[in-house]
Amino acid sequence: MAQTQVPVAPHGGSPAPHPPQAWKWYDYFTFNIDHKVIGIQYLVFSFFAYLVGGLMAVALRTELLTPDPDFIDPTLYNAFLTNHGTIMIFFWVVPAAIGGFGNYLVPLMIGARDMAFPRLNALAFWLNPPAAALLVASFFYGGAQSGWTAYPPLSLITAKTAQSMWVLAIVLVGTSSILGALNFIVTLLKMRVPSQRWDQLPLFCWAMFATSALALVSTPVLAVGLGLLLFDLNFGTSFFKPDAGGNVIIYQHLFWFYSHPAVYLMILPIFGIMSEVIPVHARKPIFGYKAIAYSSLAICLVGLFVWVHHMFTSGTPPWMRMFFTVSTLIVAVPTGVKIFGWVATLWGGKIRYTSAMLFAVGLLAMFVLGGISGVTLGTAPVDIHVHDTYYVVAHFHYVLFGGSVFGLFAGIYHWFPKITGRMVNEPLGKLHFVMTFIGANLTFLPMHELGLQGMPRRVALYDPQFVDLNRLCTYGAYLLALSTVPFMINMVWSWIAGPKASGNPWNALTLEWTTASPPLIENWEVLPVVTHGPYDYGMLDYTNGRPYTEPAEQEA
Amino acid sequence: MQQVPVSLLTLVAGVLVTLVSLWVGQATPLFPEQASEQAPLVDNFFRLMLTIGTALFIMVEGAIVIFMVKFRQKPGDETDGEPLEGNLSLEAFWTLVPAIIVIILGVYSVQVYTEMGGFAPGGLPEMAHHHTHPAPTVEMVAHQEGAGMSAMPPQAKYGIGANPSERGPADLTVSVSGMQYAWIFNYPDGIISGELHVPVGKRVQLNISALDVIHSFWVPQFRLKQDAIPGQPTELFFVATRVGDYPVVCAELCGAYHGGMRTRAVVHTEEDFERWVSENRIAQAPPDSEGLAIHLH
Ligand SMILES: [Cu+2]
Repeated sequence: MAQTQVPVAPHGGSPAPHPPQAWKWYDYFTFNIDHKVIGIQYLVFSFFAYLVGGLMAVALRTELLTPDPDFIDPTLYNAFLTNHGTIMIFFWVVPAAIGGFGNYLVPLMIGARDMAFPRLNALAFWLNPPAAALLVASFFYGGAQSGWTAYPPLSLITAKTAQSMWVLAIVLVGTSSILGALNFIVTLLKMRVPSQRWDQLPLFCWAMFATSALALVSTPVLAVGLGLLLFDLNFGTSFFKPDAGGNVIIYQHLFWFYSHPAVYLMILPIFGIMSEVIPVHARKPIFGYKAIAYSSLAICLVGLFVWVHHMFTSGTPPWMRMFFTVSTLIVAVPTGVKIFGWVATLWGGKIRYTSAMLFAVGLLAMFVLGGISGVTLGTAPVDIHVHDTYYVVAHFHYVLFGGSVFGLFAGIYHWFPKITGRMVNEPLGKLHFVMTFIGANLTFLPMHELGLQGMPRRVALYDPQFVDLNRLCTYGAYLLALSTVPFMINMVWSWIAGPKASGNPWNALTLEWTTASPPLIENWEVLPVVTHGPYDYGMLDYTNGRPYTEPAEQEA
Repeated sequence: MQQVPVSLLTLVAGVLVTLVSLWVGQATPLFPEQASEQAPLVDNFFRLMLTIGTALFIMVEGAIVIFMVKFRQKPGDETDGEPLEGNLSLEAFWTLVPAIIVIILGVYSVQVYTEMGGFAPGGLPEMAHHHTHPAPTVEMVAHQEGAGMSAMPPQAKYGIGANPSERGPADLTVSVSGMQYAWIFNYPDGIISGELHVPVGKRVQLNISALDVIHSFWVPQFRLKQDAIPGQPTELFFVATRVGDYPVVCAELCGAYHGGMRTRAVVHTEEDFERWVSENRIAQAPPDSEGLAIHLH
């Protein structure tokens, strides 16, 4: 079958008339409406953002080698810490997980030829580069220096031009995220291939559905908060100016009503990636499909009612501290359900030690600690001591680096053959994993103790008693910086010269593996028919070959 | 050869996990010294959670490591594992047990919070003796915020107090103002200092305000932290339990030199404190700047 649809290698072939057989390299720099092109655009864009945000972190950690502010100017230090957080959240994890993997995978996983609104999708991506340009340009005005939280009044009196550009950048990516969320919801509701039942939907798609619903509810509130901040900065209003009748606490509520759910925006798609990667490489059905699917929805519902735990030491009345302590603790339950489900999936498996699997298991190991420290932080009595200290920094890096970043790498190693049509180099991938795992723990584990002992976060100078632990953290950060070198070499080299990948190199059962690697422009010549569940490992008879045919393999 | 029964192994593992968790949770020197009545409450609560957390950590990480080793792919084995799609009672178990644990922790945290005086701030206005008031600039804008609250006198409604049942009138009330990048402490009798000096064992109330941006008043050895918010007075109520010299740290990003916004909280014996007060009262008797005059009646 499919002779006419044999994918042409991305760099070869003659110039094609409409429609082209495969995209050329320059197509990836245009307003292309193919969801796969958009997904790759997001992934590559966000990885470069990750490098920039990472270099800022290296500068911050270098400053913290000594207790004195002697490496960079303290205003630049604050600009770096502000933009490090901003970039890692809004230009790395969110666009990579939702924009990148979401756009690339959702249509392929549900047997669709594209997203519901391809043009809107391309528009959503192209809002990101100007936003990034705004952030870069803001450094000519000193850079925003009030933290990624941008609390007024500090944000209203420090580097005002840069702060305004920062607000515009966030509003742009927020708009992008709203458009994307709308697109995912409609796509998942309307575009599934008719033979796919809801209980055959891959868990990544469930996670994307929950994520999108959450983004739709919460992002507009952030836009409102930041919009008011922009007015205060530029048009003489005083929503958040205490000396003119404004109220700074309202801003914190508006900000955290979005930004706490944003934590789930950054982790739910990653949870989805976990649920795809682990069964494939453990050769086991996912343990508790329904529990994992519904726990995403539970996290997203409860996650809307926990935001005040960021404000326990702020202007927060006692009853609120208690209400939000309890709601925060409840989030641990559905999160635990997922963790236990993945661990149980390992049981009785035949685990392949691939780079993708190592990063997924590394995520499990890191996230357990981040979850436990999260429970301690969620209670008001402890939070009153450790709020705004390095204990918090340790916690959210275990969750966001140990969680989101490990998950993104697991996803990249897992889907690299599908996206590029070539295999990654496994030894380099394992080296990357070992360096990342050691580096991350070396960087972030000592921070718990720093916070408990009394070191506040966001400082360029600190009490000399903390110097030893800070040195450790900085060496860990250098190791993390180095760990990206084998990764980058691996990505570039494998993309150019890696061994050709078959359509389904991991023998996986979800639909994206039923097409060639890389997929055809419209994904399939004939849409696949779903005949079994996405995780039916050990249940299918492979005597007549794997369940889906692999056109690319036969041609290669 | 006699096989070691699985139940015995489980028992030994259980005892080991319990012992290690208790050791990590109760015996590790994680905190700085305790210098307020609230400090042991926070520490004990944290250590309880740390004990439970360590047990959970060892069990989950242990399971991951054991499964990864035991169920690794054997060379040449290209088959799949046993199709095990779930187990209702197991799933119910690991949903319900964490749910019960977090509910207990939630209830217990309310208890600890009450003992810390979390429900007391501004709650007993008739008992709070106002030797001094918060800095006047702040007080004037204090009650324009919520319409519902505006009928109240400018009383801090946010903060942390002492145990309500034990809370009598404050023995000492100090107004604390945060500004970039210093703390100013206004004492009764017009003493103004850049450091906090308090007597040990006495009830101290801090009326906290901010002059420019948000700061956060934190003494790690007291385990207490309260933001200083422009336009919104807050308070802290504590009893220092240990004579010593502790850092006051600003915990909310407040500008380029936020990390340098540090001073001392000195807890004196009662006699030492009296001496400090009288020395400073004499030294500051003729106010030489108009800024100080506001505070002198
Ligand atoms: Cu400050």
